[in-house]
Amino acid sequence: MTAALRFDPIRLPPECEQLRKEVRAFLADEIAAGTFDPHRPVQEDADNREFSRRVGEKGWLGMTWPKKYGGHERSFLERYVVTEEMRVANAPVRRFFVADRQSGPVLLKYAPEHIKMDILPRICRGEICFSIGMSEPNSGSDLFAAKTKATKTDGGFLINGSKIWTTSAHIADYMIAIFRTSPPTKENRRHGLTQFLVNMKTPGIKVNPIDQITGQQEFNEVVFTDAFIPDDHMLGEIDGAWKQATSELAYERSGPERFLETYYTLTELVRAVGPEPDTRSAEGIGRLVAQLHTMRRMSVSVAGMLQAGKEPVVEASIVKDIGTVWEQQLPHRVRELAAFVDDNASNHATLDEMLDFAIKTAPKLTIQGGTTEVLRGIIARGLGLR
Amino acid sequence: MTETDNIVAETAERIFADLADAQTINHDKQGSWKAPLWQALAENGLALSWVPEDCDGSGTSMAEGFSVLSVAGRAGVSVPLAETMLAGWLLAQGKIKSPAGMMTVAPANTRDRLTLNGDGTISGRARGIPFAREAKHIAVVAGSSIALIDASACKIDAGLSLAGDHSDTVHLDKVKPTAIAKAPAGIDEKALLLMGALARSLQIAGALETMLSISVQYSGERVAFEKKISKFQAVQHNLAKLAGETSAALAAASSAADAFSHGAPIDDALFLEAAAAKIRCSEAAEKGAAIAHQVHGAIGFTQEHILHRYTLRALAWRDDFGSESYWAVELGKLVANLGADELWPLVASR
Ligand SMILES: Cc1cc2nc3c(=O)[nH]c(=O)nc-3n(C[C@H](O)[C@H](O)[C@H](O)COP(=O)(O)OP(=O)(O)OC[C@H]3O[C@@H](n4cnc5c(N)ncnc54)[C@H](O)[C@@H]3O)c2cc1C
Repeated sequence: MTAALRFDPIRLPPECEQLRKEVRAFLADEIAAGTFDPHRPVQEDADNREFSRRVGEKGWLGMTWPKKYGGHERSFLERYVVTEEMRVANAPVRRFFVADRQSGPVLLKYAPEHIKMDILPRICRGEICFSIGMSEPNSGSDLFAAKTKATKTDGGFLINGSKIWTTSAHIADYMIAIFRTSPPTKENRRHGLTQFLVNMKTPGIKVNPIDQITGQQEFNEVVFTDAFIPDDHMLGEIDGAWKQATSELAYERSGPERFLETYYTLTELVRAVGPEPDTRSAEGIGRLVAQLHTMRRMSVSVAGMLQAGKEPVVEASIVKDIGTVWEQQLPHRVRELAAFVDDNASNHATLDEMLDFAIKTAPKLTIQGGTTEVLRGIIARGLGLR
Repeated sequence: MTETDNIVAETAERIFADLADAQTINHDKQGSWKAPLWQALAENGLALSWVPEDCDGSGTSMAEGFSVLSVAGRAGVSVPLAETMLAGWLLAQGKIKSPAGMMTVAPANTRDRLTLNGDGTISGRARGIPFAREAKHIAVVAGSSIALIDASACKIDAGLSLAGDHSDTVHLDKVKPTAIAKAPAGIDEKALLLMGALARSLQIAGALETMLSISVQYSGERVAFEKKISKFQAVQHNLAKLAGETSAALAAASSAADAFSHGAPIDDALFLEAAAAKIRCSEAAEKGAAIAHQVHGAIGFTQEHILHRYTLRALAWRDDFGSESYWAVELGKLVANLGADELWPLVASR
């Protein structure tokens, strides 16, 4: 057959269970100290600087990276456990998450040694925040339509144009971005984009916040006017970013953050329903839990394959597709199931408030990190259809 | 076909490929393929995979036996392999030797109970028993006992599943078992239902794998509007969704099989694995079968075409050993009872 899908039943090794206990204890202490409220996904302080440092001190950033860069040479599965415990607790991870998941691994692969020695340890200490500059006003799904230019000049490049939907650009120290260094060729329209490390303090960079329908402010427009990037901040091959950017995405796609963003509504539903649910509530909860369990088993399975050095591109895309559709539908299913919950349930107000927020959050879940339609195109390619 | 993991599964794969080729079976209206297929499965020890050697079985590991069920699901043929394996497993729990020949198990419906009478006979009604009319013996759970019943001692009302396989009602009226033993701790009606649900989950996931492969293949052959239909984005997206449902079913079923292979007692985490597998695989069967038929157009709706072997069987298997609704209610009650703060620890327990 064309594509044999594999989802080996990977189990988390014992060191993960020990680690899970440590993470839970740490988060319990943080909650007790008032750093964040686990019952509140609406985090005003989601970019908590101090929290970020404390997570770094614990050794939970750059977990899989070499020790010489401040990493901890632990496994993907251990990192997996930390990620899921943080997500489920609604911990304020915004300041470090992108750097830990995506930017660090890109630098490890493509940055010159002195930059790695400078920046990676700071990521591991939770000191710096990254953003990802891929999308532009006329280039979202079609990444290769990007136009923002990097023009060669003495000792570096001058950047002109803009990026958009850039999460955390307003708090970020750095951005990893793709810019056009030459026009696409006839044979290859993906040619001509190069990846750069951008220091956000560089003169000529202006960040304009964009408000979201949730009332939060996460993403931005970033405008470049003759912003200078030195030569040694170019990452990897000139004109070859397309190869680099696509392999980066396997990590972005299949983690627990891809199905847990609205998870809190399910916990609150169980709380509101109480210990003796009627048949309708029991069935609804049972189905959602079965789906959640299955998603997680799929996601752990992909993490195990990454750990084993495999490249499960199709499986990872499938996990993101199913996971994001699931987390998008979850608050709506919870809303249906909550319709007959006793108004006197002690957490009713919280549940209502959480549902409002989750339902407003839901539309973005199948857009960020590549839309459902684009993912299904990737899966179709994996099946040999194109 | 998906690569298999072990020699037992490879043997099963070879036997199904040689003796139960889908096209051949489809044209053989008399069912004359059945006897040689069964004989090969039995002779190679597959039917009694889970029976230890001292109970006259082949002593295959749980894990290898589960992979045989995946193969059987991918083959999607009407033969009581899963049922005989389950019966052998159940009998072995009571150290009862397995007889030769086709077997099945009871009860398979969550509402049925068999009772052990004071005089050692068994009574009751068990509905939806797969292949009861073909089976020589039925392994049953009655009260806290496991027993081997000669099928000819029962009154059997014939029924058919959605896929046209026998799904019968068995009446036991003070039937004297051929052998009986006390069930060990943890082995009861619920344990049999869970094992049966897991077996069906693996079969459904297997059937979905075949649905996916034949749908992908067909889309690369069928031409419409001067293009292979596989080139239409809408068709690609449907197949991507089918791949997603297949993946979910595979992941859920193989995770549960792995959990059961380690022989742990049936605790909450193991219950979650099996119940979730049956729920999610049944949901995948519904969504997956719809897409597979959609991609095939009218040809897939014909009796002539092989597609219905997999789609109707996957849909039918939803009903055996507890439907997805049943398990969802049970799982939901468990979760509610443990309480909100225990939900994540339960899900993250492995
Ligand atoms: C909350 C949030 C955070 C984000 N953060 C970042 C970030 O940090 N950095 C960054 O670079 N980007 C970020 N993005 C942008 C995101 O990656 C893009 O929104 C996404 O890739 C889609 O691009 P678009 O919005 O331009 O939509 P478009 O590409 O215009 O797509 C609109 C619709 O058309 C469909 N479509 C487009 N092409 C095809 C096709 N070939 N076949 C079928 N359908 C198609 C899409 O699936 C979609 O439904 C973020 C987005 C969100 C919502």
